[in-house]
Amino acid sequence: MTADAAPVAATAVKVKHHSRFRWQRLFLHVFLIGLALVWLFPILWTLFTALRPYGDTIADGAVSFPKTLNFDNFVTAWTVGDLPKYFVNTLIVAIPGVILTLWISSMLGFIFARFSFRANLLLLMMFTAGNLLPPQVIIVPLYRVYLALPLPVPLSDHGVLYDTYFGIILIHVIFQTGFCTFVLSNYMKTISRELTEAALVDGAGLFTIYSRVILPLCRPALAALAVLEFTFIYNDFFWALILMSTGNKRPITSALNNFQGSFFTDQNVLAAMSFLVAVPTIIVYLVLSKQFVRGLTLGSTKG
Amino acid sequence: MSGPTPPPGASALPGQQTGGADVRPVGRRRRYSVLTRRDRVTMALMVGIPTVLFISFIWLPTIASIFLSFTNWRGISALTANNFIGLKNYETLFTTYPFFWPAVWHNVLWLVTFVFIATPIGIFIAVLLDREMRGTRIYQSAFFIPVVLSLAIVGFIWEQMYTSQGFINSVLGHTSSNTAIDFLGNPTINIWAVLVAAGWRHVGYVMVLYLAGLKSVDPTLREAASIDGANARQTFFRVVFPVMKPINIVIIVITVIESLRAFDIAYIINRGKNGLELLSILITNNSISEASLIGFGSAIAVVLLVISLVPIVIFLTRTMRGDST
Repeated sequence: MTADAAPVAATAVKVKHHSRFRWQRLFLHVFLIGLALVWLFPILWTLFTALRPYGDTIADGAVSFPKTLNFDNFVTAWTVGDLPKYFVNTLIVAIPGVILTLWISSMLGFIFARFSFRANLLLLMMFTAGNLLPPQVIIVPLYRVYLALPLPVPLSDHGVLYDTYFGIILIHVIFQTGFCTFVLSNYMKTISRELTEAALVDGAGLFTIYSRVILPLCRPALAALAVLEFTFIYNDFFWALILMSTGNKRPITSALNNFQGSFFTDQNVLAAMSFLVAVPTIIVYLVLSKQFVRGLTLGSTKG
Repeated sequence: MSGPTPPPGASALPGQQTGGADVRPVGRRRRYSVLTRRDRVTMALMVGIPTVLFISFIWLPTIASIFLSFTNWRGISALTANNFIGLKNYETLFTTYPFFWPAVWHNVLWLVTFVFIATPIGIFIAVLLDREMRGTRIYQSAFFIPVVLSLAIVGFIWEQMYTSQGFINSVLGHTSSNTAIDFLGNPTINIWAVLVAAGWRHVGYVMVLYLAGLKSVDPTLREAASIDGANARQTFFRVVFPVMKPINIVIIVITVIESLRAFDIAYIINRGKNGLELLSILITNNSISEASLIGFGSAIAVVLLVISLVPIVIFLTRTMRGDST
């Protein structure tokens, strides 16, 4: 952006304006890069600590140039913390949890979006409101219900809902249904009504219309919600902490409670463990960021 | 599915295609008659089963919490009329229970920090990122990554910053544990340490919601504002911010609800004791423990319920209003 590009006055003004604009842009980029690095720093710092041997941290201080960087702490955390077991526990809860939530809420959303009974709005409000309640509001009676409700032996060790995967999946499905129904019914309202009507006239049953006409059209919303719900269930700390007593059966996030205090020999192994537990949702987000963000914003901006 | 016989209302349906507004109410009534008996059963099952489950696992426990809050039940023997003690739990809660007001205060601090610090930062970043610019998506990811982590793991990650060998103490030169600032143990500062960590996560959440809202703002509004000579700040505060009112309300509601739900991070750090008391943690510590003070814990749950109903009602009336018309 030098003067040789500006033979006439009018262009000179334009270029001057343009270069000011460029400086602003540059400043903005520098500012954003700085802020983004500050933002990611706690995670990067955890990774850095995890890669260093504890001896080095003690000898040179935590903030020092690393002599050695290796994955020893990750190996220790993985084996001592028995992390694979807890990751499997998470999948046992999350996979059926996500599928059931989407199945139930897509049926509810379908009815709420396609039929304007007065009760529908009331029901939708009831589901959404329940979803917004802090879980602790209902935990006291729910805990007693879980201790009292019988569940046959293959599903439960003690014959009750408490301390079972079934129970944890159940409460996730119930609690998440409100949000997903809200999102899906809003999404389905954007699908042309004529489609449903034409199918009805052609003699298709209600379930056929739901499964063959509406559901395939909702694929983008379902994908977005599946990513989001998986993360929600992966990140749940509360339900499995309270409604499960066997530490070994807990999903990874609730199992973090077992790792508090002096479970790991040193701070660097703890850092490695923290990083390993954080990584799956970060990867899910980085790979499927479009779905992720769409899932969140579908709920807040109505489509 | 075998095709059921054409329903009687079907012959009238073509009339709907003429599409006049006056035809619509008739069309709407006809549409229901298209449904067969089997469809009605399907519909009842699709809505009925989830509704029954939802009511029995969410709303009945909510009502039970209110009911139990008037008792001194401890869950061992059966609940009898003798267990009813009226408002005694609430009286104890408001007057003698030492952790109640600190917990309320911490929830208020949480709310105030989220609303007045974390949320504006998130909005500010969203506004910066809302332009045609190289790398926006990368910046967006950087700010959003904390949001995909649970608050429990956020607690672990920030522990690496706060402990005596952590980053902050090392940078300040406090190497021995005697001189190190005890960010998580000192009851006067640990709530702030936790709020920084929780706010760190909340900023990204607000950013992404706000960014989606900004993208939906009609661009001609901004053009008009700039033609009228408004600068960037004026355009945002006088034009964009007011038209974003629905999103602003959703964000405030989400922020309030998140602050009331706060549990994981304080629980993972010290089980919500010694400076980190929160209403949600008091409920669990009192009733899901050996003490098993079910009645008393329920009273705290009712307090939390009453507070939570405010943002929930605002959210429902705002979002459902469009549906009923």
